[in-house]
Amino acid sequence: MTELEAGLDAGEFSSVELTRALLERIGELDATLNTFVTVTADEALAAAERADKARAAGTGGVLNGLPIIHKDIFCTRGVKTSCGSRMLDNFISPYDAAVVEKMADAGAVVLGKSNMDEFAMGSSNETSYYGAVSNPWDLECSPGGSSGGSAAAVAARFAPAATGTDTGGSIRQPAALTGTVGIKPTYGRVSRYGMIAFASSLDQAGVITRTAEDAARMLGVMAGFDERDSTSIDHPVPDYRAGLGESIEGLRVGVVRQHFDEGLDARCADRIREAIAELESLGAKAVEVDLPNLDLSVPTYYVVAPAECSSNLSRFDGVRFGHRAENAKDLPDLYCRSRGEGFGDEVKRRIMTGTYVLSAGYYDAYYLKAQQVRHLIADDFKKAFANVDVIAGPTAPTPAFKLGDKIDDPITMYLNDIYTIGANLAGLPAMSVPCGFVDDLPVGLHLVGAHFEEQTLLRCAHQYQQATDWHTACPERFR
Amino acid sequence: MSLSKDQVQHIAMLARLELTEDEYAESVLKLSKIVDFVDQLSQADTTDVVPMAHPLDAAQRLRPDAVTEVVERDRFQENAASVADGLYLVPKVIE
Repeated sequence: MTELEAGLDAGEFSSVELTRALLERIGELDATLNTFVTVTADEALAAAERADKARAAGTGGVLNGLPIIHKDIFCTRGVKTSCGSRMLDNFISPYDAAVVEKMADAGAVVLGKSNMDEFAMGSSNETSYYGAVSNPWDLECSPGGSSGGSAAAVAARFAPAATGTDTGGSIRQPAALTGTVGIKPTYGRVSRYGMIAFASSLDQAGVITRTAEDAARMLGVMAGFDERDSTSIDHPVPDYRAGLGESIEGLRVGVVRQHFDEGLDARCADRIREAIAELESLGAKAVEVDLPNLDLSVPTYYVVAPAECSSNLSRFDGVRFGHRAENAKDLPDLYCRSRGEGFGDEVKRRIMTGTYVLSAGYYDAYYLKAQQVRHLIADDFKKAFANVDVIAGPTAPTPAFKLGDKIDDPITMYLNDIYTIGANLAGLPAMSVPCGFVDDLPVGLHLVGAHFEEQTLLRCAHQYQQATDWHTACPERFR
Repeated sequence: MSLSKDQVQHIAMLARLELTEDEYAESVLKLSKIVDFVDQLSQADTTDVVPMAHPLDAAQRLRPDAVTEVVERDRFQENAASVADGLYLVPKVIE
């Protein structure tokens, strides 16, 4: 984005020209990837024209004329907002999400809405009603999920940045699998207004970019208090780009013993160790830390998230918006068939899991228990952050896996998020940064920080990117 | 623990989801696996642990009880499948 901005400022090209070129590129190359649900070419060109005028008048915002993509979970006024579901295939949002408003106010040019796992439930992008997304590094592989369309689009150079959402790893895991940067900020940092809810105590919006510097720029625009989101936090937004250049000399980097237990691909483990060594060579100090309840984070998540999803998705009733079954004989029939037809397998599975754990006689054994274990997990992080500034480890247990490999076994799929889920349960900021390759597929370094320490993560990632060039690698077909 | 087909039918009814016969068969298998998986939680010692209500221990914010929204019924109803005179239409509930 910094380079594009320089080009725009110097008059080497206009935002309209840049937008046209990218739309053309998307038209040419996206058929192989399927990263878009909707391309908003007319709206993008109109926004680019406005941005060019603003630039000429010297009034443009931080993102003026810069192209971005929104995950199709963010409501965009007058544009289809599908959330990757048949349920919302006919839904034209009557309003803009807070994130969409803020990006527009900053002058961003939105190229379209990206493909995603249905209602953000999935780790492979295969649960989308609009079909799976391919990974630009290997078209037979998954880009991860649920923000797989956003991640693949950034990796394929369709745009320098795309928004995403992260409930259990949905920004960071696809960022890792596509060799991009992904950041999920502290819970409550970015407004959830107009972001279609999955699990409200875990959901948080963030961004996928190629550099930490661009992530800092985007996050600065997105973050901030919004009274329309009851869990939005009223906490000052720092200038995320300001401290990026500072050295990480003396930064205490926690290395979690349990991360290198069985389950982590040995070659990925090597890349992670090399990345930590690189951070040490930049002056950071590695400190061993313990997260004893790490193994319990996935089962905890698969109680809490489905419980909240079963409640959130009860709004889809075939009456006010969304898919409606034809010729319903009575009201229960209308509800049951509209939902049965509108939702895909994984969404139904999670709604039913959630309904079960919340049902009479099971609430204490599952939901209450999970919320207690969640406290134990959050306490583990609290203890760790008494001694370290960031925790570094793997984002995902393996590089990108083949499409079709895990979709039939929910548990194997769920375990893909073992390293990322903890940050959601504890509400902590976390990011993934490209740190090398295994079999020509990217590997991501996961950095977790204490609450509201996004700046520390971004600085650590930026300094790492100054010393390495993994983030500059581009998949061959998309050069 | 294995869930029975009756249990899955009951869950689907509570969740207002119509499932096909195939979906029932698959749901019995997969939900049983998921329930087995989350049963690991029973091994955790949570004596005296308070259930976590919010990641940041924040309290619900209150606002003055003032009118802040404007009525935009017509615009919102554009997304509904069936409306008349500003009302949402559903199948007859009472004969």
